[in-house]
Amino acid sequence: MIDIRALGKRFGRVEVLRSVDLQIRRGQVTAIVGPNAAGKTTLLKTILGLTRPDRGELTFDGERVNGDPAYRSRIGYMPQSPRFPDHLTGNELIALMTDLRASTSQTLDRELIDRFGLAPELDKPLRTLSGGTRQKVNAVLAFLFDPELLILDEPTAGLDPVASGVLKNKIARGHAAGKTFILTSHIMSELEELANDVAFLLDGRVQFAGAIHDLKLRTREFTLERAVASIMTSMEAA
Amino acid sequence: MTALTTALKVVKFELSDLARSRWLLAYVLSIAIATDALLRFNGADQRAVLGLVNVVLLIVPLVAVIFGSMHLYARRDFIELLLAQPLRRRHIFIGLYLGLTIPVGVGMVVGIAVPAAWHGAWTGSLVGPLATLLTVSLALTAVFVALAFCIAVRCEDKLRGLAIAMAVWMAFAVLYDGAVLLLGSMFADASVERPMLAAMLANPVDLARVVMLLQLDISALLGYTGAVLKSAVGSAQGLVLAIVALSLWVAVPLWLGGRSFVRKDF
Repeated sequence: MIDIRALGKRFGRVEVLRSVDLQIRRGQVTAIVGPNAAGKTTLLKTILGLTRPDRGELTFDGERVNGDPAYRSRIGYMPQSPRFPDHLTGNELIALMTDLRASTSQTLDRELIDRFGLAPELDKPLRTLSGGTRQKVNAVLAFLFDPELLILDEPTAGLDPVASGVLKNKIARGHAAGKTFILTSHIMSELEELANDVAFLLDGRVQFAGAIHDLKLRTREFTLERAVASIMTSMEAA
Repeated sequence: MTALTTALKVVKFELSDLARSRWLLAYVLSIAIATDALLRFNGADQRAVLGLVNVVLLIVPLVAVIFGSMHLYARRDFIELLLAQPLRRRHIFIGLYLGLTIPVGVGMVVGIAVPAAWHGAWTGSLVGPLATLLTVSLALTAVFVALAFCIAVRCEDKLRGLAIAMAVWMAFAVLYDGAVLLLGSMFADASVERPMLAAMLANPVDLARVVMLLQLDISALLGYTGAVLKSAVGSAQGLVLAIVALSLWVAVPLWLGGRSFVRKDF
């Protein structure tokens, strides 16, 4: 679905992405893993067009991503713990996004509002809500327009176990329904539960990309966490 | 989706959010109190309007440039969310700009017009000067919000951005006339009218002051550059020149800011 070739991005002196090659397969859940500041968020933002690459090429269903924003109507994005405007309520934010984005015929996916039990919170100003509750609103917005591709940056951060479970179920059902997901998380067991593909980002390059199963076979480890750790240690040794 | 509808939707949203902003309320109330005090103690005459001109020429640019840049920094995450939607960046930028300029401008108009009406100042010879004052203040609001957006988009660091915004205000509203006057007196022997005219066009606050004083026909608070313009060109010509220059003062920073906004990495 997404084809990334030799992507490079520099912020001032820091070369965040050196040369990233990665294919995101349609209908799969791809986990982007890597140490802090490895460029995971930058990569996600580049796919969304929020960040412009210095070099390389990014195609979405064969079409080169340049200035045309139309392809984003097929993407739902959950940014990392965003701060929304102070006085806005959840309902107003949902109404605004619907106003900006939805075509008249579209049915909105409001399932997460019910599952999170979020309805009573949506009439309160967002700034008065707890971080976890805001993260629930964030998740609702990403799924609202029933997109083909969901880009979720640390989706379960700040969520309690129940809410986290609700969101993971939603992702699993979306996967079963043929949607494509790209996620990051610091919790490897969570990624292992949800994802079937993994891309390991280190030093601005993709060090491994493929099925989690293959990564485990290659490193002869039983868990994703150990497999990733094993690659990191072997790279340090080299 | 057309440009206009995207921008208007963002504007509509900004209006509903800013209507609940305490900052904006405090701004409107301060202006209203100042207007009320000036009209109360001077009576509804030209002196009161002159006093108001002085207040407005300092406060309106200050609030617009500081509020404008802070607003854009506070909107950072929200802008990111908007940019992730199938919308064009330029349309979002225009929506954000109008969405701030309109409420701040309208707030200022209400803050002046309502107390003026209360004191019965909207009659006879004061209608013209008051209407000009409101127009000029709207223009200054538009100019300084545009400058603020230009600064906030181009400067990633919030503190640095605010410092630059503050410096821009200081330069235009406070230091500029002094510097021009100093240069003028240094070259007092030469003919300084043309450079003075250029100097005035290069400062939106001076421009606003001149437009106002051409209207009021009082030279007491003219400032050096204003005095030159008044003698150099007739009222009508000067007015047209000032309007063109003020429009450029909105258009150029907005264009620069918009260009950076379109190219920026979020």
